[in-house]
Amino acid sequence: MKKKTPLQSDILQTQYEQVGKHKIVIILASTAILLLLSVYFMTLGEKDADIVQVCRAIYQGVTGTLYDVEDAGSASRKVVFLIRLPRVVLSILAGIGLSISGVAMQGITRNPMVSPFTIGISNAAAFGASLAIVFGISPVPGTEVGVVFSAFLTAMICAVLVYSVSCKNGMRPESIVLTGIALNYIFSALTSAIEFFAAEYKLASVINWSFGTFNGTVWTDVFVVAIFVIVCSLILFRFALMLNVVASGEDELVKSLGINPNVLRIVTGAASILMTAAIISFTGVIGFVGLVAPHISRMLMGNDHRYLIPFSGVVGALLMTISDTVGRTILSPVSLPVGIVVSFVGVPLFIHLILNKKEY
Amino acid sequence: MGLQAEQITFGYTQVDVLTDISFKVEAGTILALLGPNGTGKTTLLKCIGAVHSPRRGKTLVDGEDIAEMSARKRARYIGYVPQNTAAVFPGTVIDTVLTGRMPYVDFKFTQHDKDVAFSVIHQMGLDDLTFRNINRLSGGQRQRVFIARALAQEPRALLLDEPTSSLDLKNQLTTLQLIRSLIREKHLAAVISIHDLNLAAMFCDTVMILNGASVFACGTPGEVITAENIRTVYGVKAAVDYEQQLPHMRLLDEELQETT
Repeated sequence: MKKKTPLQSDILQTQYEQVGKHKIVIILASTAILLLLSVYFMTLGEKDADIVQVCRAIYQGVTGTLYDVEDAGSASRKVVFLIRLPRVVLSILAGIGLSISGVAMQGITRNPMVSPFTIGISNAAAFGASLAIVFGISPVPGTEVGVVFSAFLTAMICAVLVYSVSCKNGMRPESIVLTGIALNYIFSALTSAIEFFAAEYKLASVINWSFGTFNGTVWTDVFVVAIFVIVCSLILFRFALMLNVVASGEDELVKSLGINPNVLRIVTGAASILMTAAIISFTGVIGFVGLVAPHISRMLMGNDHRYLIPFSGVVGALLMTISDTVGRTILSPVSLPVGIVVSFVGVPLFIHLILNKKEY
Repeated sequence: MGLQAEQITFGYTQVDVLTDISFKVEAGTILALLGPNGTGKTTLLKCIGAVHSPRRGKTLVDGEDIAEMSARKRARYIGYVPQNTAAVFPGTVIDTVLTGRMPYVDFKFTQHDKDVAFSVIHQMGLDDLTFRNINRLSGGQRQRVFIARALAQEPRALLLDEPTSSLDLKNQLTTLQLIRSLIREKHLAAVISIHDLNLAAMFCDTVMILNGASVFACGTPGEVITAENIRTVYGVKAAVDYEQQLPHMRLLDEELQETT
C-alpha cells in the first residue's frame, strides 16, 4: 500500500482547482459574448438604431424616461425598448430554460435522446393552444391570455399523467420516457383532430403557434417567463451534485450514496417541466434547442452539472438569440419563426462538433 | 465490531429468494459469497446495503441497525461497489470519486472532502488517471475508481459485487490484493460476491455458499470449499488440494469430458 505523498496530491488538487476556474472563465466569457451580441442584435431591423441609441433606449426604459425626451432618435429608441429588447430577453430566457431543462431531463432519465419535450408536453401544449384558438377560449377577449393558460394547463396535465403512470411503475427512467412518448402521440392525434375540424382562418393560427416564434413579445410575457426560468434554474442548480450521481450510475449506486433517486426525479423533473411549459405557452414549440444545446455543452464542458447547467443555459441562449435574429432579419420585413431557423443554425454546428469530438 | 446480518429474508414477488440468511463479518476481515448463478448473491448484497428492504431480518454495522438510520447516515456506514460501472454521462475519475462524499455534503465540497478524495485516489494508484473520463479506462482501472469512490464514503463496511468478473488474471489478483490490504489497513468489514473459488480461498477469511435461497455452508475456506460441497451445490466433480494450508479446487477431467 502506497503512503500518501502530500506533494503529489497537492499538485493534483491545484490542477483540479485550475480546471474549475478555467470552466468558470469560459462560462463568464460566453455570457459576455451573449450580452454583447444581444446588444448588437438590437441594432438590426427596419428601424435604424446604432449601439449608442440601443444603450440609451435601455437606460431610458429602465429609468422610466423613455417618453421624456423627443428627438430624432426617440422613435428608434421606443422600437428598441418596447419591441426588440423584450424579444431578445425572451429569446435568452427561452434558450436558457429549454437547454437547462434538457440537461436535467437527460440526466434523470440517463438518456441522451431525451429533450424537455420527450415526455409529451410540447404536443400537450399544442393541443391546449389549439383548443383555445379554435374555440376562442379567453378570459380577456382579444388577447393571447387564453392560449397561454390553456397551453400551460394541458402541458401540466400531461406531465402529471406521465409521472403518475411512472410512479406506479417504480419511477424508472425508461417508464418516464415510454409513457411520455405514448402521451406525445395521443396529444398529437388530438391536435390533428381539432385541426381537421377547424375553420381555415383558425387553422392558420394553430399552425403558426406550433412553429414557435417571439413575434409580438411584450414585457409582461418576459416577466412571467423570467420568474419561472430563474426559480426553476436555481432549483436545478441546487441539485447539480445529485444530478451528477443520478446521471452517471444505476439507481442502486445512487441509493448507496444516500440519495433517493425517485425524489430527485420528481423534484428536478417538476422544475424542468414547469419551466418548459411556461416558455412554450408564450412562444409556441421550439423543440430543437432542448436536445442539441445540452449536447453541445457536454462536448465543450463535460458532464459535471455544476458547470454544465450554467454553461448549457448560455449555449441555449446564444443558439436561440442568433437563430431569432437570423429569422427576423434574413428575409426582412418577413420574419421567419425561430422554431424553424434554430434547426438550420444548430444542426450544422452540432454535426461539426460530432465530427471533431467523437466522445464526451 | 463489524457487520452482522440476522435472518434476512427477501423476495421480489411472493416467493422468497433469500430465507433466514445470518452471518457475521469481523472488522478487518473479508467474507466471500459463493454460489451458482441466481442464488441471490447480488440480492443479498443489496439487502445488506439497504438498496432493497428485506421482508424480515436486519443488518447491524458496529452494533447499529442500518434500517433505523437515515439514508445519508447509512451511506457513511456502508460503501457499495456494483458489478456494472458503465456510465451514460461519465465524469472524470476525480469527479466520480468525489461523489463518494455525497453523504457528507449538500451543495459544495469542502477542503476536507477534496483531501479525502485525492488521498483515496493516491492509495488506489489512480494519480495518473485523475482527470481521465471513466469510460475511457480499462475494466480494472474503472473497478478501482468505484472502489475508491466507496472508500471516499469513509464507511465501516464495504460490499463488492463480483469485483473481478470482467478482469484478466493479473488484474483479478492485483485488485483482490489491493482490496485485502485496504480492508486490513482501514479495519473495514467486507463482503465480496465472487465466482472463483480459488480466489475466494486465497483472499477471504470466511466463505459462505448460498444455495436454494439459504445458506448452504459457512466457515473458513478449508471447511467450506470441499469436493463434496462443490458437487452438491454446483453439480460438478472437482478435487480439492491444499497449498500453504489453503484449499485449491481443480475440475476433474472426466467431468470436463462429460460436459463437452
